Amino acid sequence: MDDLYRDYILDHYKRPRNFGELDPHDLEALEHNPLCGDELGVHIRVKDGAIEELRFHGHGCAISQAAASIASEELQGMQLSEVEELGADWMIELLGIPVSATRRKCALLNLKAVRGAVTGDGAWPI
Amino acid sequence: MTVETRTAADLGVRSDFPILTREWDGRPLIYLDTAATSQKPQVVIDAVSDHLASHNANVHRGVYALAQEADAAYDESRRRVAAFVGGEPATTIFTKNVTEAINLVAYAWGRANVGPGDEVLITAMEHHANIVPWQVLCHEVGAELRYLDVDEHGMLDPAQLDKELERGKVRLVAFTHISNVLGTINPVAEMTARIRAAGALSLVDGAQAVPHMPVDLRSLGADFYAWTGHKALGPTGIGVLHGRRELLEEMPPFLTGGDMIASVDFQRATWNELPYKFEAGTPPVAEAVGLGAAVEYLSALGMERVRAHERELTSHLLARLGEIPGLRVVGPPEAARRGGLASFAIEGMHPHDVAELADRGGVCIRAGHHCAQPLMRCLGLSATARASVGIYNTPSDVDALIDALNAGREIFGLGS
Repeated sequence: MDDLYRDYILDHYKRPRNFGELDPHDLEALEHNPLCGDELGVHIRVKDGAIEELRFHGHGCAISQAAASIASEELQGMQLSEVEELGADWMIELLGIPVSATRRKCALLNLKAVRGAVTGDGAWPI
Repeated sequence: MTVETRTAADLGVRSDFPILTREWDGRPLIYLDTAATSQKPQVVIDAVSDHLASHNANVHRGVYALAQEADAAYDESRRRVAAFVGGEPATTIFTKNVTEAINLVAYAWGRANVGPGDEVLITAMEHHANIVPWQVLCHEVGAELRYLDVDEHGMLDPAQLDKELERGKVRLVAFTHISNVLGTINPVAEMTARIRAAGALSLVDGAQAVPHMPVDLRSLGADFYAWTGHKALGPTGIGVLHGRRELLEEMPPFLTGGDMIASVDFQRATWNELPYKFEAGTPPVAEAVGLGAAVEYLSALGMERVRAHERELTSHLLARLGEIPGLRVVGPPEAARRGGLASFAIEGMHPHDVAELADRGGVCIRAGHHCAQPLMRCLGLSATARASVGIYNTPSDVDALIDALNAGREIFGLGS
């Protein structure tokens, strides 16, 4: 069994949950990984101060796509105020694999987009 | 240089490169990322170290014996570097890298010679280093940046070049000698002849060419030719710009300050002679010495042999990559039209994952857009994985890559 490419990571990569676009949506953001040219966008529908529905789109490596897919399941239903507080550790822990310094940007690209969509501030460093 | 068994596919120089003795978890280092930067032979490491240990002083103003040694070492390195590509020392300018060399031309020549309504022509296969300086120039002076297309085999079309030149507005054509993504070797002499006939200037990015094949500036006919030390077995921090003397003499300086002046008054200064006019500040002396040692090493090996080796190895690389299902190589199909690299995409595996899985087998390859995002868009890809060879690689390095890719495909459930 590979440390990084565990079955559930590859499963989320090949069959991403909540992949696609939402029209209409209340919040959105698009992020690029300048390292590899990958892009990841999110559409969010808000109800009562919480994420009612979330879809992500774009293209990326197994780590970035799996991170987005795994996070999407956790993020739906979460209060926006909670989302604003989410940090890198939350995402890395959720992924559950050892992420090297170079792949950290891949793992956090989705959270950067989600935070950007919610807070309007795309400057979160990853 | 150590003499081991030598065949076209194995130059027998591995033991000259100390880094290749490193191991990870008992696996030897297999370095297939020379297009990003080359590894360094012991003679280069020794030359830099010896210079710093025994001959270090600032250049150009010291009267003491040590400073004269440093001057002599710097001048000798320039002579070697110029001779290596058939250039002249006075028109061989040391820069930081190719990026700075191209910026030098874009700023010093470009700002003085390109104006509103003029055109700068580049190609869709350029590295960002040969795109962005021209974008900035064109935006600033109101000129238009135009592109030559790349066909499905990674080639340029001479007829399109002629058509662009016929418009009569092109002031300069900047293009790569060898594409760092496609591997395409462009017909430089043929292109510069057409460009010259149309009254335009040419700038060639030789970063991937000079370290890998015989390059003779006299037969290439480019007005400006740039390359870099660290891809040519030399240290980082030193690039080279060769320019036509009349152009360099007419051009205003790029960076200004120390060393590039003849004299400085309170309000104005006059410029030093070539090449110093374009080398402001303390130059990269130890790096120049290292690069001088690197080109001596390559000359002793023989650039014809270096090219034959890489062509042989690239054939092997292309053939073995072709065995992998769902793998697409971009660029010219034959090794004869390619430099020593192959960029590829594997269906169902992102290039980053491909590179990560290659590393599992101890194989270093690069993944990403290779600083050529416009080209990536033309290819319909966001990124590729790229394997590139150097003089120290052998067919078994390529085989190790193929094994690692096959193992990776299995991890991804893509079958074996």
